[in-house]
Amino acid sequence: MRWFWYASPQTFFPLTGRIALGCGIAAALLAAAGLYIGFFVAPTDAQQGEAYRIIFIHVPAAWMSMFIYLVMAFWAALGLALNTRLSGMMASALAPTGALFTFIALWTGALWGRPTWGTYWVWGDARLMSELILLFLYFGFMALHAAIEDPRRADRAAAVLALVGVVNIPIIYYSVQWWNTLHQGASVSLTRAPTMAATMLTGMLVMALAFWMYSIAATMLRVRGIIRERG
Amino acid sequence: MSEFLHMGGYAWYVWGSYGVTFACLAIEIIVLLNRETKK
Repeated sequence: MRWFWYASPQTFFPLTGRIALGCGIAAALLAAAGLYIGFFVAPTDAQQGEAYRIIFIHVPAAWMSMFIYLVMAFWAALGLALNTRLSGMMASALAPTGALFTFIALWTGALWGRPTWGTYWVWGDARLMSELILLFLYFGFMALHAAIEDPRRADRAAAVLALVGVVNIPIIYYSVQWWNTLHQGASVSLTRAPTMAATMLTGMLVMALAFWMYSIAATMLRVRGIIRERG
Repeated sequence: MSEFLHMGGYAWYVWGSYGVTFACLAIEIIVLLNRETKK
């Protein structure tokens, strides 16, 4: 495998269109299936009634917001270490979609918090604050990149910021264990059985896959634009 | 149908979540495809 072959934007470019199309179609199909399971197969929750159905977008969006940041930081680190041009472009292409999912996680969380906790928002709550900081990290990354004229220098400066911000990801993830927060603990974990009905879990995982596919498609489309602009 | 839309009294919370999410993703897709066709 010639790893550096696709590190050149020009050789990568034709691939981006095909990946975007394939992942876009997969995202639409998975979202249709996930929404069907979420609204018509999964039962009403005994405690929360229908309000819990927000879970099918809230949890996948929150996962994506953190995962995209890790991928962005990975590309940033690769760019700093190997000085490959595509790395910085990939990091820049990921940031807006990551910010979007962070906003969606916060928005749906607020609308879910109101009926379950009695409030849309709590200042100082560890989970809510760390996720808000994630949104600002994405904004900071984009603003810093936009503020520096030379794209290669902008890549490097933004990459450093992205890497410093990585500390926030474990803080978000473990915030529910480390601090007192209104937010419930993880319903799904790799180390123990999920604490939810099988159909609810299926709907959530299918929606998570749909968001994955969407994110790949959106990032590929955006990196195409960046390659065209920067050449 | 109206019972479905009513969401057991949680219509604003459920549809407010799904509506804004769908709108955000739709706007992103439109912006990206716009850039794609302009060249």
